[in-house]
Amino acid sequence: MLEQLVLAVVNTLFDVAPIVAILLFFQLFVLRRPLPHLKRTLLGFGYVLVGLALFLAGLEKALFPLGRLMAKSLTDPAFIGTAAASWRDYGWVYAFAAAIGFATTVAEPALIAVSIKASEVSGGTITVWGLRTAVAIGVALGIALGSFRIVTGTPLHWYIVAGYVVVVVQTYFAPRTIIPLAYDSGGVTTSTVTVPLVAALGLGLASTVPGRSPLLDGFGLIAFASLFPIMSVMGYAQIGDWRARRAARRRQTRALQDQPF
Amino acid sequence: MPAEMRQLLHDLLRSLRDSLRDLAPIVLVVAFFQLAVVRAPLPDLGGMLAGAALVVAGLTLFVRGLEMGLFPIGETMAYGFARKGSVAWLLLFAFALGFGTTIAEPALIAIAEEAATVAAQDGAIAVTEGARANYAYGLRLTVALSVGAAVVLGVVRILKGWPLHGFIMAGYVLVVIMTEIAPPEIIGIAYDSGGVTTSTVTVPLVTALGVGLAQSIRGRNPLLDGFGLIAFASLTPMIFVMGYGMVIG
Repeated sequence: MLEQLVLAVVNTLFDVAPIVAILLFFQLFVLRRPLPHLKRTLLGFGYVLVGLALFLAGLEKALFPLGRLMAKSLTDPAFIGTAAASWRDYGWVYAFAAAIGFATTVAEPALIAVSIKASEVSGGTITVWGLRTAVAIGVALGIALGSFRIVTGTPLHWYIVAGYVVVVVQTYFAPRTIIPLAYDSGGVTTSTVTVPLVAALGLGLASTVPGRSPLLDGFGLIAFASLFPIMSVMGYAQIGDWRARRAARRRQTRALQDQPF
Repeated sequence: MPAEMRQLLHDLLRSLRDSLRDLAPIVLVVAFFQLAVVRAPLPDLGGMLAGAALVVAGLTLFVRGLEMGLFPIGETMAYGFARKGSVAWLLLFAFALGFGTTIAEPALIAIAEEAATVAAQDGAIAVTEGARANYAYGLRLTVALSVGAAVVLGVVRILKGWPLHGFIMAGYVLVVIMTEIAPPEIIGIAYDSGGVTTSTVTVPLVTALGVGLAQSIRGRNPLLDGFGLIAFASLTPMIFVMGYGMVIG
């Protein structure tokens, strides 16, 4: 256990080392300024390092093995039934895909970071939980649809191109301030927690469904998980906008009714 | 000092509570499917609980470190570059940040190796260890270059105040066109590579850099101009990787 933890810290250290080197080089040799609050910043980096290492070691110990096992047993012919011929027989797979997509996205540290920043910058009109829930719903829909694609064997690019069309149309109607954030949320959803579990689901599914090759059809779920949050975040802002406008209209009509004659 | 310690402890306890809440959905989903759908007992319950405790502690420390270390340093450097006024150095920094954080990304290394196996099976490259390693390394280099280029382009956009959606839509059109021409076996990998490039440490840094730049340049809105760097970083790898597939294939 302790050995695993040390290993995790060392691994994370190697991952973070190039970033720290770049930051230090530019700060010391190009900007030529000592870092303000040096002690606090270093402590913060230490927290990030140890935190990430513990996080990954814990996931590897607690969740990934079970998640992978579950993805395998849910896609196992013994569970689905050997006569599974239609996409309808995979109901539990879609449900699991959506649930695990939602749950892993909520715990994704990179998304927490972006949500904190977005709520700070927007002065609280975008809430940390609102954004995270919107992104998680997008990932849930995306992964479920992605599993459906693997089961039916339809080409990946049809879905992606159709998704692009929806994104373009939504961009035209959504409130302007949400657009960059929505595009960004596509990229942040898929990292430490989501990718390993989702990849296991894709590979398990592609090796079970007759006629699918795990190497060719197993890819593509991550693409779904990064496209759908763009739509759900814009949708979240559109709903908020629509409700605000409806409330304003109501207040206006009430104000008109209250006017004395 | 004691007051500071107390504050730290208080903050840690608060983020511990948040982390517990963040983790609850995964535990619920896994427990529900294991017990009610697969109908098997939870294997190694003690190990799971220990692991979950580690995850909660790790997430707590990470979020705390984010606010103390990663966000401030990203912003400080953004202000520093804005004050220095040297666009060349800023762009070099942007490229180094994108390239340097991607080339060593473990998720990317894993995907590149799988992609090499697919390519060898399809006969796009020779079925030797050397050819596979070369292919995987070339793919990693391609993705890292594309992320470097993406951060540079994103920073130029913030400096100029150009709207983001024009770029993204042009990128989409390019992706769709290249999907038509690129060899079919590269497409799934190309689409996925967009998602894996942005790691947990890179995202907060790059976000803080973008928002910091937008805040320090007059006339820029941090919401409209500060975000969007990650979007570039997840779009360009698709284009570059399909290009790589076309060149190799």
